[in-house]
Amino acid sequence: MSSIKATSRQKDTLRKVLRYIKKYWLYLIASLLFAVFSVAFTLYIPILTGNAVDMIIGEGQVDFVSINHIIRKMIIVIILTGISQWVMNACNNKITFQVVQDIRREAFARIQILPLKYVDSHGHGELVSRVIADVDQFADGLLMGFTQLFTGVLTILGTLIFMLTVNVSITLVVVFVTPVSLFVAAFIAKKTFHMFKLQSETRGEETSFVEEMIENQKVVQAFGYEQRALDQFDEINDRLGACSLRATFFSSLTNPATRFVNSLVYTGVGLTGALIAINGGITVGQLSCFLSYANQYTKPFNEISGVVTELQNALACAGRVFELIEEEPQKADDEDAVILKNPDGQVDMQHVEFSYVPQQPLIRDFNLHVEPGQRVAIVGPTGCGKTTMINLLMRFYDVNSGSIQVDGHDIYHVTRDSLRTSYGMVLQETWLQSGTIFENITMGKPDASMEEVLEAAKASHAHSFIKRLPKGYDTLIGEDGGNLSQGQKQLLCITRVMLCLPPMLILDEATSSIDTRTEIKIQEAFARMMQGRTSFIVAHRLSTIQEADIILVMKDGNIIEQGNHESLLAANGFYANLYASQFVG
Amino acid sequence: MKKLLKHMKGYGKECVLAPLFKMLEAIFELFVPLIMARIIDFGIGNQSQPYVLKMCGILIALGVIGLTCSITAQYFAARAAVGFATRLRHLLFSHVQSLSFSDMDQVGTSTLITRMTSDINQVQNGVNMVLRLFLRSPFIVFGAMIMAFTIDVKAAMIFVVIIPLLSIVVFGIMAVSIPLYRKVQTGLDRVLKRTRENLTGARVIRAFGKEDTEFEEFQESNQALVKMQIFVGKISALMNPVTYVMINIALVVLIWTGALRVNAGDISQGEVVALVNYISQILVELIKLANLIVTITKALACANRVQSVMDIEPEMPKYASERKVNNLDCDTEAKINIPEENNQITFEHVSLTYKGAGAESLTDIDFEIKKGDTFGIIGGTGSGKSSVVNLIPRFYDVTKGRVLVNGKDVRDYDLNALRSKIGMVMQNAVLFSGTIRQNLLWGNPQADDKQLWEALEIAQAKEFVEQKSKGLDEVIEQGGKNLSGGQRQRLTIARALVRKPEIIIMDDSASALDYATDAKLRQAITNLEDSMTVIIVSQRASSVRTANQILVLDDGAAAGLGTSDELLKTCKVYKEIYGSQFKIDKKGGAAV
Repeated sequence: MSSIKATSRQKDTLRKVLRYIKKYWLYLIASLLFAVFSVAFTLYIPILTGNAVDMIIGEGQVDFVSINHIIRKMIIVIILTGISQWVMNACNNKITFQVVQDIRREAFARIQILPLKYVDSHGHGELVSRVIADVDQFADGLLMGFTQLFTGVLTILGTLIFMLTVNVSITLVVVFVTPVSLFVAAFIAKKTFHMFKLQSETRGEETSFVEEMIENQKVVQAFGYEQRALDQFDEINDRLGACSLRATFFSSLTNPATRFVNSLVYTGVGLTGALIAINGGITVGQLSCFLSYANQYTKPFNEISGVVTELQNALACAGRVFELIEEEPQKADDEDAVILKNPDGQVDMQHVEFSYVPQQPLIRDFNLHVEPGQRVAIVGPTGCGKTTMINLLMRFYDVNSGSIQVDGHDIYHVTRDSLRTSYGMVLQETWLQSGTIFENITMGKPDASMEEVLEAAKASHAHSFIKRLPKGYDTLIGEDGGNLSQGQKQLLCITRVMLCLPPMLILDEATSSIDTRTEIKIQEAFARMMQGRTSFIVAHRLSTIQEADIILVMKDGNIIEQGNHESLLAANGFYANLYASQFVG
Repeated sequence: MKKLLKHMKGYGKECVLAPLFKMLEAIFELFVPLIMARIIDFGIGNQSQPYVLKMCGILIALGVIGLTCSITAQYFAARAAVGFATRLRHLLFSHVQSLSFSDMDQVGTSTLITRMTSDINQVQNGVNMVLRLFLRSPFIVFGAMIMAFTIDVKAAMIFVVIIPLLSIVVFGIMAVSIPLYRKVQTGLDRVLKRTRENLTGARVIRAFGKEDTEFEEFQESNQALVKMQIFVGKISALMNPVTYVMINIALVVLIWTGALRVNAGDISQGEVVALVNYISQILVELIKLANLIVTITKALACANRVQSVMDIEPEMPKYASERKVNNLDCDTEAKINIPEENNQITFEHVSLTYKGAGAESLTDIDFEIKKGDTFGIIGGTGSGKSSVVNLIPRFYDVTKGRVLVNGKDVRDYDLNALRSKIGMVMQNAVLFSGTIRQNLLWGNPQADDKQLWEALEIAQAKEFVEQKSKGLDEVIEQGGKNLSGGQRQRLTIARALVRKPEIIIMDDSASALDYATDAKLRQAITNLEDSMTVIIVSQRASSVRTANQILVLDDGAAAGLGTSDELLKTCKVYKEIYGSQFKIDKKGGAAV
């Protein structure tokens, strides 16, 4: 039952692969054509050889004139074969790598439009391994398949035809014995598919683990966790070893098994051929030709079976990549979606309901009205779900029901791009791209001039540390800003927003790892930046909170109070309590 | 590769048996043309049916024996290859565990991950193929040549000429393509890096609407990779046709020579057929070999890159024994110099320059912390606060001066012994996929639930963990994505507390907590019965205000050291920081 399902899935995957190949039909035709040439020429050689052998009967019985003639023919055919083979290989290479490129491109493009929920809930290592390792394995399989499958099938057909023209009964022997080889190969391939799949899954698990541990090596070492990490790794690694051994060994049985069938074929040809030759049915040259055909005819069966296992493996990998490519993307922007252009910044939320997990409602019937230019402070005890608000405002996640509007436009009828670029965002987690400082700052405004960048960097007080770096603004920063301190990274992120200054701002505990002195300066810059801009600030600083027009007090994912500093104090509720406790320490 | 091969130890049996059985199989295969020649010359020549039948029986017997040998060989090869790869992954992973922070900074994590995954896979493939085929093919080639000699020396000379020629071509193409494959791998690394970066930065990329630019940049590296692959492919695609042409030319020569020899009565017609068979056997093996070489070149390139990681000498040996021997004098001297018994941590004129950095990150830092004290470190961004605390568990080595823990140089400790004294809470609140319990057990695998809850309570995390439907068994996703920043920070603090360390270091690790929670947390830690030495690195004056001593850092140097009150009088930098915070407080109208 499950194997039927597996094969239908395989067929499905195969169909998708073919769709990718279609684009390169010209190369495909060329490859097929030259495959036909090379096979035909290759098969012609044994006939010529056989003819030549028949001219060499014995002492003094050699027909040199005919041999001379045959040999000249052979040389031409040999050279043509070589050329055809090369062209075919080159075409196959081209097709394979182009298809790989296309698949990688699509996988990457799909990642760009997958809902963040998907990205958040999948191990990055696992996704990376699909785009990289799986595609690579697939390429190997595809290339092998291309180069050998066509020629294999053609050789089998060609040999059959040639053999039939020489002698029917020997051909029949060959035809009856060889399918055994196919049967054996198919049987093994079927049995090993699951082993390969298990291997691929275990490998993904290991990659995820390795990534997590290596990326956080510092924590691992700080806790002396090395040995335990190694133990856990070994557990996965041993499992991988075990299933890898099974997959490798059982799939490698194909070769010996088919080779054995070949030797049966060879013997069969020898036997019937010799018996017929004894009765004068065929010449020795023809028998010799048959013997080399028996080799050539069965060899593709070996190869095909090898290719079949390889293709199985490749298909399993491709299946995993396609799974990613076909993952439901976020809902596309409506066709008539409004493009927000410099919105005034009026934000409304009406009857918003939201939860990450269906069973655990988080935000219930939430309403909010923000006038352009107002400041909204989101406060509450740690872990009360403040970042959820950002996820909703930026439309990283969609609400379950209710609506959110900017300038009266429902954000679900606005292009995501224009909505998001209308916000300037500084997140709690800083993220920088490998590249120069300059490139990172100009991320939101790639055409910015050096002057503008300098101005922004000075405004965010990042300039003083940047200019001290070895190459200033051209300093290369490693992956995820590796060589910068947390505070410096944050300053860069702030500069990035400073530079494009969108009409609305979202600041998420942005200044938490910057020292107070620097922070004061940044606060000033922020104050300037926030002037006339609707701002949402997740903050703990009292000053920010007090100056806010609206304070949202959150607890356990829900907004429990809403108002300004005075009104909330007067209400003497949770906020008043929270406020009083700020100065315990 | 050579160095890696030593890890094959223990698989010696497999490595010998696999090729051995392959060779046995090959020998039986080599007899086949000879037997066929007999069938032609004696069976057909003498019109003897029983002879033909007997010979065919032998052929089948050879096939059965060959099959048995081959399956045995496959098994040993798979065992050796998979076992080798499994061990290699183990070794590489444990080697990475031993690398120091500055080693890791230099190599980069994505490189390490590729080495451990796809590179080792390629090596496994390569080893498997080598054991199965690499010896078999040359054996058949030379075996066929030897068999040819047994038939006719003159005709065999063709084999003697063509085989070296073929080797030159095969190895020539290999020599050209190996460096190219290495380049392909670098290209692949670039594509990998782009993908990873894109995933970690998904939020920011979308916030800036940069999906398209990201995509274009990805395409750029993607295309560069493919261009390279196609180029290399063209070169390796030469292998098959060239070898094919050469071997068939040899065949033509063989026919001509054979014709002459038969005409002179030196050999029989059947023997010519046998010779032709040997030539085609060589061709088949060469094609296999050529295909194999692609796998092997790839595997070699990968093996070299794995080796280059293995070659990184861990900067800090795990055990301090070597140093102890060398520095005996130094040690005794240190003992005399121990200023006071109850000093938990001492920094003696410490300076630190990071590898590859132009300037010192810390300059002449000098202080002492008494057992059970609370020590605050405050200063601007990049002033070196983290650098100071990173020296205590010896994440980095000082370039000048000494760091002493309990009166002993940290470099004289066994690393694990030193680090087990210390509970470290880092700036980045990192959690691992697994349950909350599993994460807390990092601190101490033996801790029971009661101890875990105690730690959570001190870390002010009890409440939210209790609210989770599964409590301690709540699953944390990779990187702790399903928790807020503050929750993560408190869990990392709890994790450190579970160790019951002598020293707890909190490197700006309460930044995502609100003031109230932060204050409660500090209160809870200082109220602990067995008092820990507490080091708090913070941006907030309020977090360090009550500390017994505060170190004020400015640009890697100490700007002041003392209690808050003392510093307010003497230290300008501290006054400024404190003042700025105080001003905020005053505006709030709250009494301090």
